[in-house]
Amino acid sequence: MENIRNFSIIAHIDHGKSTLADRLIQLTGVSDARTFRDQILDTMDIERERGITIKSQAISLPYRARDGKDYVLNLIDTPGHVDFSYEVSRSLASCEGVLLLIDASQGVQAQTLANLYLAMEHDLEIIPVINKIDLPSADIEWVLGQIESELGLDPAHHLACSAKEGIGIGDILEAIVQRIPPPTGSPGASLAALIFDAQYDLFRGTLIHCRVFDGTVKSGDTIRFMFNDSVYRVEEVGRFLLTREKRAQLSAGEVGYIIAGVKTVSSVSIGDTITMDEKPCPKPLPGFREIKPVVFASIYPISSDDYEDLAEAVEKYKLNDAAFLYEKDSSIALGQGFRCGFLGLLHMDIVQERLEREYGLSIMLSVPSVRFRFTLKDGDVLTVDNPSHYPGPMAIEKAEEPYIRAAMMLPDRYLGSVMNLCIEKRGTNSNLRYLSPGRVELIYEMPLAEVIYDFYDRFKSMTQGYGSFDYDLIDYRQSDLVLLDILVNGEKVDALSQIVHRERARARGVHACDRLKEEIPRQMYKIAIQGAIGDEIVSRSTISAFRKDVTAKCYGGDITRKRKLLEKQKMGKKRMKMIGSVSIPQSAFLAVLKSDTDS
Amino acid sequence: MAEMPPAAGLYLHIPFCRSKCAYCDFYSMTDTSLIPRFVTALCNEINQYEEEFLEFDTIYLGGGTPSLLSLEEIESIMEAIWRAFTILPDAEITIEINPADRGRSELAELNDLGINRISIGVQSFDDRELLFMGRRHTAEQAAQTLEDAHGAGFVNIGLDLIYGLPDQTVRRWQSSLGEALRFDPSHLSCYELEIKPCTPLGRRLKRGDFASQNEDTQRDFFVRTSELLEEAGFVHYEVSNFARGMERASRHNQKYWDHTPYLGLGPSAHSFRGARRWWNHESLDDYLHALENGMLPKCGSETINRDELRMEALFLGLRTRKGIDMQQFKNRHGIDLMEIKGSELREWSRAGLIEIEGSHIRPTRSGMIVADALALF
Repeated sequence: MENIRNFSIIAHIDHGKSTLADRLIQLTGVSDARTFRDQILDTMDIERERGITIKSQAISLPYRARDGKDYVLNLIDTPGHVDFSYEVSRSLASCEGVLLLIDASQGVQAQTLANLYLAMEHDLEIIPVINKIDLPSADIEWVLGQIESELGLDPAHHLACSAKEGIGIGDILEAIVQRIPPPTGSPGASLAALIFDAQYDLFRGTLIHCRVFDGTVKSGDTIRFMFNDSVYRVEEVGRFLLTREKRAQLSAGEVGYIIAGVKTVSSVSIGDTITMDEKPCPKPLPGFREIKPVVFASIYPISSDDYEDLAEAVEKYKLNDAAFLYEKDSSIALGQGFRCGFLGLLHMDIVQERLEREYGLSIMLSVPSVRFRFTLKDGDVLTVDNPSHYPGPMAIEKAEEPYIRAAMMLPDRYLGSVMNLCIEKRGTNSNLRYLSPGRVELIYEMPLAEVIYDFYDRFKSMTQGYGSFDYDLIDYRQSDLVLLDILVNGEKVDALSQIVHRERARARGVHACDRLKEEIPRQMYKIAIQGAIGDEIVSRSTISAFRKDVTAKCYGGDITRKRKLLEKQKMGKKRMKMIGSVSIPQSAFLAVLKSDTDS
Repeated sequence: MAEMPPAAGLYLHIPFCRSKCAYCDFYSMTDTSLIPRFVTALCNEINQYEEEFLEFDTIYLGGGTPSLLSLEEIESIMEAIWRAFTILPDAEITIEINPADRGRSELAELNDLGINRISIGVQSFDDRELLFMGRRHTAEQAAQTLEDAHGAGFVNIGLDLIYGLPDQTVRRWQSSLGEALRFDPSHLSCYELEIKPCTPLGRRLKRGDFASQNEDTQRDFFVRTSELLEEAGFVHYEVSNFARGMERASRHNQKYWDHTPYLGLGPSAHSFRGARRWWNHESLDDYLHALENGMLPKCGSETINRDELRMEALFLGLRTRKGIDMQQFKNRHGIDLMEIKGSELREWSRAGLIEIEGSHIRPTRSGMIVADALALF
C-alpha cells in the first residue's frame, strides 16, 4: 500500500487536463505510440469534440520513481460539468490527492476555485500545477500571486509544466509520489469499496469501477451493494491499464474494476459501498446520494417509422448511463416516443447527440420540464413531469414546484447583473460573501424550472465565463402554476406545452410565439402561432406565407440540375416534423427555451 | 407500354454570341471564327444519331445566338437534319433571333427553309434597361425586327422579356409589356431576372452597385404579368410562358415538361429518352475535339430511377397550367397522390394554390409561383 498513489487532475475547462493525462500516460510507458491517441481518457467522440469529459475513467500507471522504487499511480479522471458534480465528488472521494491545474496565461478561473473547494471538502493533498508555460502570454508570477491570494495555497509548492510540449512532466510524477500520501486502510478488515463509476461491456455486463478502502476482494467472493442489499458473485477483478488487466485480487488502497454478472449499469449506484455478504463492514462509506433526474423531456423519432429503432437505441443507451431514465410516452402531435429523465440540460444534450450519432436516428425533443407536485381537491397527490398530465385548474388544491439552492462564484464586477437575473428568476433568501477582494460567493434559492429555462446560458454570458454555478435540490414550495399551451395553425402542439408560474405565463407565451416565428420556415400559407392558458389566448404571432420560388426556366432540357436542387431541399424537409400540415424543425422545440440574448 | 412513343423533340445549341449579356451564365463564346468548324461538327453529330431517334415533330435552334450563323450555315444544318431524321409534316421548327441580326428578306429566307416559328430575344422595350442587361440592340431595333418577322410571313412569333430589374417598377414593366402586345405576338416568355454570382451583374450586385428586388415585389411582378396577359387573351400555360391559345404554346418545351424523348445536339445540350438522360461537353473545344476524332461529344449520363422520375413528373407538372392527371400519374409512377397526400392537396386547394377537378390537379396563379415548394411534399 505504501507504493500506491490515488489522484485526480482538476482544472477549469480548457486548462489542459486531458493533455496532461496523456503525457503522464505516455511517460510512464503504459502506451506506445501505436496505441496512443491524443486524450486517451476521453474515449467518446462527443467528449473529444466538446473537449469535456462526460464519464469518469480510471487508469493505473506503473512508475519507477527517482528513489528506485516501483509505484502504481492511479489516475481517476473526473467529468467537468455541473450536471455531473456528484460523479466528480465520488471520484475525488476515491483519491488522496489532486493536481490542481491552472493555465499560465488565464490564471485562476471559476472552475479552478469550485474544484479546489471540492478537493478541500475531501481533505485531499493539493498540488498546484501551472500549465502552458510555453505560451508567449504565460505570466507565471501573476498566477503565483493568485495561488496565494485567491486559492489560499502556498505558492512555493507549485509545479510548472507544458503538457503540450512535454516539459516538467517528470517532476509532476515525482511530486505525486512524494507529496500525495499513500492510502490507508487494512487489507484484513471487512471489505469497503466505493463505486465511482460503472460501464457497460457488451460481453461481460457491468464493469464496476471502485476504490477499495478496506479489505480484499477476489473472484468467487459474494459481494453485497449496501444501498439496495443486492448480492452478486464476483467473476473477475482487475485494474485498468490501457485495457483491462485481470488480477488475483483487489485490496485496500487499490483502484480497479469488479465484474460480477451485473446485467445493467442501472443496478449499480455511483457512490454506493460494496462489502462482503458474509462479513459486511459496519457502515457504508460516507457521502452516498441517489442520483435522481431533475429535468424531463420526451424524445420522438422525426419519422414515426423509426419508433422501433428509437426504442432499441434508448434501451441500449440506458445500459451505459444509469442517470438516464425513460418510459413510453405518446404525444398527439408527435406520435409515439419516450419520456426521459436527465441530470440537467447538458446531460439532455449529450443523450440527444449520442442517440443521433451512435444510432443514426433523427429525433426530436419536447420542451423540458421539472417535476411538479399537485395536491388535488380529493386529497390525492400527483407528481407531474409531463405537461400533458397537468390535472387542470379546477382539480387542484395546492401546486408545488422544486426549489434549488444555487451557489455562484463570480468576480464582484458582475454582481449587479447576476443579482438582477436571480431576482427575475424568482430567486429569494440571498446570501453574499466575499471570498477574496474582488471575488464573491452568491447564494440564492430559486425554482428549478426557472434555472432550466435559459438561466445557465445567461449567467455564463453575463459573467463572461468567470462565473461558476452549482446547485442542490432543497425542497418543494407552494407556487401558482398554470399550463401554457402553444397552438400552431389552431392545433395544440402538446410537446410545446409548459407548466409555468402564473406571473410568468404571458411573457413566456410571447417569447415562445416570437421564437417559433423565427424557427418555423414559411409555409404555403399563413400560419398563426398562439400561446393559450385554458381558453384565453395570451400571445400570438404570424408566419406569413411562403411567397415565391425562383421561377428560372428549365432550359435546354437540363432537368437533372433542377431535380438535384429539389432533392436537397426535400432532404432538409425530412428533418422536420409534420404537425397537421405544418412542418416544424427540430430546433423549434428547444428554441422555445432559449433566451433572446443568445440570438 | 404498347402505346406508340410520341414523336421526339430536337434541340440544337448554337454556342456563339457576339457579346455576353450581363446576366447570362449559359455556355457561349464570342470567337465567331470557329463557326464553320462548329457547323461541320454539328452536322457530323446529327449523322451519328441517324439510327437512334426516328421521328421528330419539333426542332429548336437555340443558343447562344443562332442568328449569328449565315443563311448558308443554317441551311446546311437543316439539310443534315432532313437527311438524317424523319421530320413529321406539321413539325414546329423554331429559331431564336437576336434583334438587329436579320433583316426582313433574310427572315423570309429562314421561313423558306421550313422554319415556322421565331422567338425574338427582345428582353425589354426600354433602352436603359437593355443597356443595363448588356444587350447589344435598342428598343427601336426590336420593334423593327418584330415588324420584319410579320412582313416575312411568320405567324408564330414569340418574344422573350425579362422583368424584375433593380429599380424597375411594376408600372414601368407594364408599359414594356404593353409595348410588346402592340406587335401582336402569339407567344410570350416572361422571365424574372435572376442574378447569378458568376455573371457581371452578380459581381456588381456583390459590390453593392444596386440591390435586387425584394421577394414581395418580385411576386407582384409575377402576378401582374399573369393578370395583364390573361386579360389580353393569353393562356398562362407554364410558370414563365404565355400563348395566344394553347395551339400557340411551345410544343418543343412541352416535351421537357412531360418526359417526352428529346435529343439535344451541340455543346452542353441535354438529351432524354426512356429513363436515360445524357449531356454533351460544355466547352466548344471539347465538343469539337470529340467529333473531329470520330466520337460522340457526350460527357455525362444518368439513369433516372422510379423515385427520381416521379419527383420530376411532380415538379415539372406543377409548373404547367395543365397540371397533373392523377390517374395517369398513378399508372406511370405507381402512386395515388390523393391517397397519400390527400390532406395536403385539400389544404392547398382551400388556400387557393391548386384546383382539384376530378382526377386533375392544376396550379393556380398563386400556386405556380410556388410550384417547386408544392412539388416537395
